[in-house]
Amino acid sequence: MCGIVGLFLKDKSLEPKLGEMLTSMLITMTDRGPDSAGIAIYGGETAGKTKLVVQSDTPDTAFDGLDKKLGKVVGGTVAMKVTSTHAVLTLPAGTTAAARAALPKIDASLRVMSSGDSLEIYKEVGLPKNVASRFEIEKMSGSHGIGHTRMATESAVTTMGAHPFNTGDDQCLVHNGSLSNHNSLRRKLRRDGVHIETENDTEVGAAYLTWQMQKGATLGEALTSSLDDLDGFFTFVVGTKDGFGVVRDPIACKPAVMAETDQYVAFGSEYRALVDLPGIENARVWEPEPATVYFWSHNSAPTSSEKAA
Amino acid sequence: MQTIDLSELGLREVNKMLHAQAADTNQTSWTIENAKGSHAIACGLDAPIEVTVKGSTGYYCGGMNQQATIRIDGSAGPGTGENIMSGSIIIEGDASQYLGATGHGGLIVVKGNASSRCGISMKGVNIVVQGNIGHMSAFMGQSGNLVVCGDAGDALGDSCYEARFFVRGSVKSLGADCEKKEMRPEHIEILQGLLDEAGIDANPSDFTRYGSARTLYNFDVDNAGAY
Repeated sequence: MCGIVGLFLKDKSLEPKLGEMLTSMLITMTDRGPDSAGIAIYGGETAGKTKLVVQSDTPDTAFDGLDKKLGKVVGGTVAMKVTSTHAVLTLPAGTTAAARAALPKIDASLRVMSSGDSLEIYKEVGLPKNVASRFEIEKMSGSHGIGHTRMATESAVTTMGAHPFNTGDDQCLVHNGSLSNHNSLRRKLRRDGVHIETENDTEVGAAYLTWQMQKGATLGEALTSSLDDLDGFFTFVVGTKDGFGVVRDPIACKPAVMAETDQYVAFGSEYRALVDLPGIENARVWEPEPATVYFWSHNSAPTSSEKAA
Repeated sequence: MQTIDLSELGLREVNKMLHAQAADTNQTSWTIENAKGSHAIACGLDAPIEVTVKGSTGYYCGGMNQQATIRIDGSAGPGTGENIMSGSIIIEGDASQYLGATGHGGLIVVKGNASSRCGISMKGVNIVVQGNIGHMSAFMGQSGNLVVCGDAGDALGDSCYEARFFVRGSVKSLGADCEKKEMRPEHIEILQGLLDEAGIDANPSDFTRYGSARTLYNFDVDNAGAY
């Protein structure tokens, strides 16, 4: 099953409450996905810096002195903020690749959740309310965010199988549905040198989008071609630095509801997830059409990778 | 009138109270407040009562309804009125996918639009939609009427049996074995009756009738090679 929530704020005064609103939406979707949960939140960008969020099942040893060790690798100052099993590392811009390469050598348990200038992904196994409280999502502020509650069907219940999936710097994907051609597509992508970690179907969907964009497609083009190349059921919500996009497969049996007011654009697998948002009574509420790419951006002059979307 | 607060009493208590109403009940008018998109509100009713649900509903509101009149003062989630037997459901807003699926009787009216698979496998229910309907509507429809004052999406009436479809606007595409049919006086009469019952002011002669071409009823030996 799985539940998806998303919130894109137009009204800046709501930004300090983004985490609180998303947490409430996420917890409402618990009965669509009680086994794991995750959230991607966009905010807190610093000029000249970029972020890497890492996870470890043994955070005490893995995060011990990690900032200093990485600082030596990248030749600069690395700041670290540890919350439960996750650590947000703030690195000098342009050093992400070097830091990523060094992580397995520093501690084999370290896994990258996300990389990007503004994106932070937090995800773990457990009830959505427990996942949200261990990372104190409620206190987070930001411009937009996406959350996911998982009911696993295609692969094991693990941290790496939880959503959102990081598809590239400042990009992420969440999925409700199941892909049926993920094994053959995974083999094809791996032959093309794409790194895919797990047997999870959504990770293949995420890798597919990354691969298309590496070949020069815009996010909009990658989402459009996914309608031809991915077989199965999906409602995808994708996050980018400036906004989020939504696409449903042509059969569109996985539910999706959207609401828009002057203050925000919200996404929910069910209307229930949206009922506590301010002004929802008078919001424009609709279901996204099948096989149609929707996109909202804060950027009035979008980059080429967003334009076509 | 009885007013009940769903968020206070919880779904089971609310449905239990409604189920307790018999044919001769004096409490014929009910209002449910704080629907907040909850699932299975007013499911399985079997008494001639009127229930108004304030706000939008989630999955399966009014499912398996018999006799009752249910008014949703908002939009309705997936599977609303699934397997309705009799009575009526009136939706002030939009309806999500598979509205009135497998419905055997009764009437469902949507003031807004209905989504995909509207009236899928309908078996006698009448559905009147003031706006548009989505793709794969009335798939395998067996009997009953689907009236659409706006447009219909892809594959209307795919693999249908004897259900009738009346569409005023355009049809994006017809499903397998569904075809345009002649509007004879008896169809105008049926349609006028349904529009009147739904309280919609529209001219029946503006509608086009669609239904089964009946070519899938029997196996065609010329297709044997396809298997």
